[in-house]
Amino acid sequence: MEANPCDQRYYEMLEQLQTLDFALVELNLYLNTHPDDLRSIEQFNQLTQERTKLANQFQELYGPLQNFGRAYSKCPWEWNQTPWPWQV
Amino acid sequence: MWIYEKKLQYPVRVGKCDIRMARYLSEQYGGADGELAAALRYMNQRYTIPDKVIGVLNDISTEEFAHLEMIATMIYKLTKDASVCELEEAGLGPHFAAHDHALFYNNASGVPFTAAYIQAKGDPLADLYEDIAAEEKARATYQWLIDMTDDVDLQDSLKFLREREIVHALRFKEAVQIIIDDRNQKRVF
Amino acid sequence: MESQLRRYTPFRGPFDPCPPVPFKTYVVPPNQFITFQPPDLPQFSLQEALKYGTLWPALFSPYESKCKGGGK
Repeated sequence: MEANPCDQRYYEMLEQLQTLDFALVELNLYLNTHPDDLRSIEQFNQLTQERTKLANQFQELYGPLQNFGRAYSKCPWEWNQTPWPWQV
Repeated sequence: MWIYEKKLQYPVRVGKCDIRMARYLSEQYGGADGELAAALRYMNQRYTIPDKVIGVLNDISTEEFAHLEMIATMIYKLTKDASVCELEEAGLGPHFAAHDHALFYNNASGVPFTAAYIQAKGDPLADLYEDIAAEEKARATYQWLIDMTDDVDLQDSLKFLREREIVHALRFKEAVQIIIDDRNQKRVF
Repeated sequence: MESQLRRYTPFRGPFDPCPPVPFKTYVVPPNQFITFQPPDLPQFSLQEALKYGTLWPALFSPYESKCKGGGK
């Protein structure tokens, strides 16, 4: 982990991520019932691209968001480190 | 399989040490119309619903687990530093006797969660209408919880969760329409 | 936005023991008027969407605490 979790930037980046991810959840649920809405699919793909970029930046600073091989780890093993979501 | 993501869906802030609310919030943790009931209900119904709407059940169920984690976070934050006396004053004496500070899947009256809260009829319309009703009941529960606290931070997270119920209900209504309108398949006489 | 609040006055019996409430209210959220969401509805900004809990203003239902700030 590069940066100190719970610093100001942690909360800012976390909320940016929550913002992007929330729009993706909304579009995902919408597309489940509107599978032919090309414009929404384009928006979904665009936001997915932005999300991937931001998640990579976040993980570089504050450790992995996902485990089981979805993110790299530095040494010592980062996944098991605090804070967990309910602690911040 | 599922991959855990180490973040909440929406920020949870608790601005006030009001332990009483922890008890009431457990209605949405282990109650009949709570997030656990919702998540388990949809995840189980998805196996026997027409293919076109499996995704609706699968993904709303997954989101409900994120909501369960938000409710757990509220309860955890409200109780983690509470003394036995404070818990007792908040009506959580019986809870402490059985569980200490542990969270438990029970409702606001302390009744443990049961699978009898949820249903799977195997009939797509019956199941989807149950799901729509579940979302409206959860919305109502959130309203009463919002009414019971003057903590604007807690209200903020609860308002988010309430709105999600409204969107989910709409998606289930759309799923009903998809099932009703599906005329591509051969008529069965 | 048209109010989503409905109100009614409950029947008052001659022997009701407690002082009557003037009226009762309930919410009718916008999902009751949409059977199938039409495409290309106007969207909130992404920041607003997170705050309101939906991407689309047409699906938003406001709700304010009857407790408000500062206790009962």
